[in-house]
Amino acid sequence: MNRLDFEIIKNVIKNDSRILDVGCENGELLKFLDKGKTIDGRGLEISQKNVNICVKHGLSVVQGDADKDLISYPSKSFDFVILSQTLQATHSPEKVLNQLVRISKRAIVSFPNFGSWLIRLKLLINGVMPQSNSLPHTWYTTPNIHLCTIKDFKKLCEKNSIKIEQGFYLNKNGKEINNPLNKHFNNFFSTSGLFVLKK
Amino acid sequence: MKNSKKSALLGIKKPLKLDSGKNLKNFKIAYQTYGKLNKSKNNAILICHALSGDQYAAGQNPTTKKPGWWSKAIGPNLPIDTNKFFVICSNILGGCLGSVGPKELNPKTKKIYNMSFPVITIRDMVNAQKMLIDELGIKKLLSVIGGSAGGFQALQWAASYPEKIITAIPIATSFRHSAQNIAFHEVGRQAIMSDPDWCNGNYIDKKKKPEKGLSVARMLAHITYLSEEAFQRKFGRNLQNKLSLAYSFKTDFQVESYLKHQGQTFVDRFDANSYLYITRAMDYFDLPSQKKGGLKNIYKNTPVKFCVISFTSDWVYPTKYSKEIVDALNAVGANVSFVEIQTDKGHDAFLLDEKEFNETVRGFLKATANRMGF
Repeated sequence: MNRLDFEIIKNVIKNDSRILDVGCENGELLKFLDKGKTIDGRGLEISQKNVNICVKHGLSVVQGDADKDLISYPSKSFDFVILSQTLQATHSPEKVLNQLVRISKRAIVSFPNFGSWLIRLKLLINGVMPQSNSLPHTWYTTPNIHLCTIKDFKKLCEKNSIKIEQGFYLNKNGKEINNPLNKHFNNFFSTSGLFVLKK
Repeated sequence: MKNSKKSALLGIKKPLKLDSGKNLKNFKIAYQTYGKLNKSKNNAILICHALSGDQYAAGQNPTTKKPGWWSKAIGPNLPIDTNKFFVICSNILGGCLGSVGPKELNPKTKKIYNMSFPVITIRDMVNAQKMLIDELGIKKLLSVIGGSAGGFQALQWAASYPEKIITAIPIATSFRHSAQNIAFHEVGRQAIMSDPDWCNGNYIDKKKKPEKGLSVARMLAHITYLSEEAFQRKFGRNLQNKLSLAYSFKTDFQVESYLKHQGQTFVDRFDANSYLYITRAMDYFDLPSQKKGGLKNIYKNTPVKFCVISFTSDWVYPTKYSKEIVDALNAVGANVSFVEIQTDKGHDAFLLDEKEFNETVRGFLKATANRMGF
């Protein structure tokens, strides 16, 4: 999956911060952030093959699983923890979310919005699990086992007393939607959401 | 790259205080260097060798006339690039290629130490290396790199002198010797000590050599350095220079011949008492026991950047031990990378030309050099 939210993440992150990219894949985001910013970036990645690629490129990455291994990091040990387009693929999104805000001062979480109108329309008309650019898999091959809508996500944050500091509502190109209507209907118009969280 | 015998006389002003409580004064550490130390003296890398290694990491080994044990990794444009880095490799304390050890003269008695040489530890080895680095005028090492027992030393460096090193690359290693590790070593030691030619350790004085014992110790150890798959792939049940079984106890199988050869070549270059002392030092290695709270407290607030590397088929120090180190480092927010290399070559994979492994070391060191501006 293309991670379309790099630019927004780059803008959120401040210089000289310590960052953990959870599910960093081949380190694209870390490399991208390293170019324009002075950051101390780390990565956690489930695929050993990807980890090896990262380390070969000089990135500090360890093999690990967001569901199991976040617990070993000390509290508030990062300025920013990033979970980009991965929350929906975790086994326990609620636990992961709580770990993210525990180990960081701010967590940046983005995910595909299952409440977008296109997804709703596809399900309504076709009556089968919708597929799209951001959700390209069939229901039986998808790693996305915990899909949610922006509304669902906000409710989960509220339930866990996680403060949403900033929200970005993105179209399918990863750009913020400027349509004033979106303010009130972002769960309907956004392809994905990106949130800056704090606890 | 040429090897010229270098050594430093250490512990002149201040003796080396050993973990056993004894002191070592006026002792020699033999070493080799490759590449050039830059003006700011910040491009030095220390290579720590394993149990049976020596200071001839690159170039030609003057004893065996073979390429140095890590000549595939150290050299111009190689992963540990001598065009960029100044590489130091010293013969460990207790070793037998020029550094003080049981076969050297005790300056006090003017006699060969033999078994009167004090029992040493990995930390003692590292403290001796630190004295050497000071002697060479190097304030900070760019990296300390080592596999197996060399990895113990790299971990110990990061524990004892975190402010003296920028990065550490512990490879195919662990933070302590397990019961099984100790067990294998003990069989090796018993093989040496039950050889009549060992003469209670005084074989040099008696002009003998416990060749059989040391050879068996090496054969056994060598089995652990490979994996079952590697043995099978290399030898299978192939017969040695014959078409059918001989119905005797002479060498029937290729694998037997191979092990005997390994044993024999080892005897030619290694001292039996050194083998006893170094395996003992490895058995005593238990890093978490050095501080209350274990590994986490040892590496708390460490400025060292780690790159931990393990191999899938290593059954001497399996990946799970590397993972424990990584977990402890993560737990204290240390900067750590961890790579597990897929290979069937076993523990010794780090000595072989594993592409993925080489690329990892190269990338990690390159990134370190970039950060330092060269």
